[in-house]
Amino acid sequence: MPQVPVVEGFFDPSIPALLGTRCTECATVFFPAERSWCRNPHCSSSTFDEITLSTTGTIWSFTDAQYAPPAPYVAADPYVPFAMVAVELAAEGIVVLGQAADGTTVADLEVGASVELVVETLYSDAEGDKLVWRWRPVKEA
Amino acid sequence: MSSKHSVAVIGAGMHPWGKWGRNFVEYGVVAARAALEDAGVAWTDVDFVAGADTIRNGYPGFIAGATFAQALGWSGARVSSSYAACASGVQAIASARAQILAGLSEVALVVGADTTPKGFFKPVGGDRPDDPDWLRFHVLGATNPTYFGLYAQRRKSVYGATDEDFAQIKVKNAAAGVHNPYARYRKEVTIDEVLSSPMVANPLRLLEICATSDGGAAVVLCSLEYAKRHGIANPVTIDGISTVTPTFPNAVIEMPNFATDSWSSVAPNDLTFRASIAHAAYEEAGISPSDVSLAEVYDLSSALELDWYEDIGLCEVGEAEHLLRSGATTLGGRVPVNPSGGLSSFGEAIPAQAIAQVAECTWQLRGQADGHQVEGATVAVTANQGLFGHGSSVVLSR
Repeated sequence: MPQVPVVEGFFDPSIPALLGTRCTECATVFFPAERSWCRNPHCSSSTFDEITLSTTGTIWSFTDAQYAPPAPYVAADPYVPFAMVAVELAAEGIVVLGQAADGTTVADLEVGASVELVVETLYSDAEGDKLVWRWRPVKEA
Repeated sequence: MSSKHSVAVIGAGMHPWGKWGRNFVEYGVVAARAALEDAGVAWTDVDFVAGADTIRNGYPGFIAGATFAQALGWSGARVSSSYAACASGVQAIASARAQILAGLSEVALVVGADTTPKGFFKPVGGDRPDDPDWLRFHVLGATNPTYFGLYAQRRKSVYGATDEDFAQIKVKNAAAGVHNPYARYRKEVTIDEVLSSPMVANPLRLLEICATSDGGAAVVLCSLEYAKRHGIANPVTIDGISTVTPTFPNAVIEMPNFATDSWSSVAPNDLTFRASIAHAAYEEAGISPSDVSLAEVYDLSSALELDWYEDIGLCEVGEAEHLLRSGATTLGGRVPVNPSGGLSSFGEAIPAQAIAQVAECTWQLRGQADGHQVEGATVAVTANQGLFGHGSSVVLSR
């Protein structure tokens, strides 16, 4: 079965890492990538460097989805609740959402704790596996 | 408190909130006719009609001003239609106010109404991979309660909010809503009932997340001059309206986004977007939060009401739980919040909701809120926030 990202241009599963851009003039980072005009109102640049974002961050907050989200979400049947994490990436100065890795529940999450980016299968259909980025708690050594 | 920038609210009306399943136009017309009757103004005397749009009811919803004008009977009034997510109603009010203050209108009607589907709000149909509102559902399964859950958990972790605090908001608002004839849910609940309702988006439970409702609200606005001529010596006035957008970088994660703006090159404003909304309305009205007698805020979740306490300046950041526990925001307290029962008792009818907040404040300031009256109210503030950088706040006084 082929494995393809569920959305184009948001992440590269082979690294794995989120894909963004950085303004060549003011250095503001954009995720999802911005490639037309810089959205810093004090900057009028239209050139960007392609970058990958940090693959580890700290939890800004978290929650879960105890009921299946409506379409266009493709929910497993029977539905399995998943946790959601908002992760602060210090170097980029940005908070990015993502589901928590398979098997993670809110009991495994804590504001300020470290997580790392992983790529997992969001759902599978006739075309193959649809991949998504997720956040997994970093086990303390 | 009124100034040369004020307009009068001389009529307010609503269609009761519920899950009636009828055409939204009907609710809007009922509310509009009630507001006109309350004002003692004939529809044919209205020279400007402002509609707040609904995006879930086809073309008539996108041109709501004209839809309501036609349903009331074409009268030649000038028209506008506004869409601004949850702030649509106030954008329509702002549009009418601008016409009045510019001297282009004397008396205006503002109407918003909605018919909503059951369950989670979902994006408009069709595959739209370039629409963030479609993508957040497809890629993340991020519903609106997902974002409410994130804010609630953040309050627990950073400010020590408890599940009981969140439940207490629901208990407080339900108790007020019992007395509001326009509210959809008119039943008291207990903390135990809230805490034993099913978990939806941890730590928020079913009874703590606002439902989606049908409903309609309308107000009649006019110049201070017109009000006087009309024999209303001491009208409720709108003294400040805010429909500000965020400033870059917006460092708080918001619907329907995947990420915040990055603050890597520009430092965030001291005021968060949510706090900037009411701040601008206070500034325009020339008052401070300590002048406020009551507030109607957007309790999309129980926990979000606590955020609003801080964002509209009723207390310092991190003090909302203390303010709640002191009883200050309960009916009979120093500054009751959501004496109408709030979204908790209404459920959200998007384009009508911000207008309903203004209607409630109007009745409160006139002393007409039977059973849920804030005694001696002189200044009221509304606040709301919705998707895509929309928010609104209105300051009223009498």
